[in-house]
Amino acid sequence: MDLDFMFEHLPRLIKATKLTIQLTLLSLFFGIFVGIFFAILRTSKNKIFYYISYYYSYILRGTPLLVQIFIIYFGLGQVEWIRESFLWIFLKEPYSCAILAFTLNTGAYSSEIFRSAFETINKGVVEAAEGLGLNKMHTFFKIKLPIAIRQSLPAYGNEMILMLKGTSLASTVTLLDLTGVAKHIISTTFRPVEVFIVAGSIYLLMTFVIHNFIKFLEKKYSFNN
Amino acid sequence: MGLLAYGDTGWGDELFFATLMTIAVAATAIFIGFFLAAIFASFKLSKNKLLNLIGSFYTTVFRGVPELLVIYLFFFGGSGAVMYVAKIFGYDGYIEVNAFLTGAFSIGIISGAYSTEVFRGAVQSIDRGQFEASEVLGFKKKIYYYKIIIPQMLRLALPNISNVWQITLKDTSLISVTGLVEIMRQSYIAAGSTRDPLFFYSFAAVLYLFLTYLSMQLFNKLEKNYNRGF
Repeated sequence: MDLDFMFEHLPRLIKATKLTIQLTLLSLFFGIFVGIFFAILRTSKNKIFYYISYYYSYILRGTPLLVQIFIIYFGLGQVEWIRESFLWIFLKEPYSCAILAFTLNTGAYSSEIFRSAFETINKGVVEAAEGLGLNKMHTFFKIKLPIAIRQSLPAYGNEMILMLKGTSLASTVTLLDLTGVAKHIISTTFRPVEVFIVAGSIYLLMTFVIHNFIKFLEKKYSFNN
Repeated sequence: MGLLAYGDTGWGDELFFATLMTIAVAATAIFIGFFLAAIFASFKLSKNKLLNLIGSFYTTVFRGVPELLVIYLFFFGGSGAVMYVAKIFGYDGYIEVNAFLTGAFSIGIISGAYSTEVFRGAVQSIDRGQFEASEVLGFKKKIYYYKIIIPQMLRLALPNISNVWQITLKDTSLISVTGLVEIMRQSYIAAGSTRDPLFFYSFAAVLYLFLTYLSMQLFNKLEKNYNRGF
């Protein structure tokens, strides 16, 4: 192990971490909306909505993220009308393709997390809200959603960590995120162990931060205090 | 559909063998994972603080670092490590490590980290009375583990093993970066030479869906079988 070598390449890897964080946060942010949207569809009584949501999450959770990125980045460019529409401004860029793929993917996983959170809400609470004369919007935003968010925190924390690791696939569509730069350094210097230790530590540090952030939120919003 | 013809004119046979390769890598990886998990789960469950620490280190690192980074470590570092060991034993030549083994081993190490947690959780959720009863009955430690604890543990772990299998199966797609011709790599080759990436990547997605569906059915059956009488 060569410490000088590790310190020499540390700044480049830290710089690349910025992109990794950016990709993670943006995908998680958009993914929450996709997740809530499909979770609501899933609890709807309409069979068509139910099946749309069911198959959406089934397909995106049943295929590797790599396939999803490749379909979006390499595949969609082949379709004539997409290339001629305004969508092409976004879809020709690897950056927005990666975010789109990550968003759809994390949306599928979060929709399952939110759905099970909505299902565990005590019926009495909803009935009480109705009894107090709250309308549907209020019951949803003021009663159901906060309880569901609290319920889904531990599972969502795991999903955040999975997404952080998932952004490493951005390197397969030419983006230079932390993994992309790490691979570049490895393949030019042939020092895989040192680079793995540095890049791996940066990832572990981020995982650690997410883990504790979720723990903090769980404590803050626990029902007991 | 002509693109999927079996034989020289289409990609059907190539994709079929690629699918078999995916299954083979995933199965090898999960067994390497089970082997590692058996060791590290016992470390995590032991009363020795040092062993606990080693076990936690393993699961934290390989569940917290992206799969792709682990694959690069073994892909670029694998033959170096093997040659280093070989040098100690007096062999000085170049050794190339097979892509299949590199892939199966890197995915196996990751899969093992997940399995460790699954095994540990399952052992911990076995009723304490079972441990006490087998001690009182005077079983030897070996028999008591093999005949009483492990069979019960496997039943409890099965639903989570099914999850680990799904994760492992999907992770094998990442081995395509090392050039091993599994579903993803074959689709990449086919997409490149026919200039039809949308079709081939979508077809790859269908193949993966088929595999995950099939394994889900299999695990449901197994679970039913092992839950008889509960």
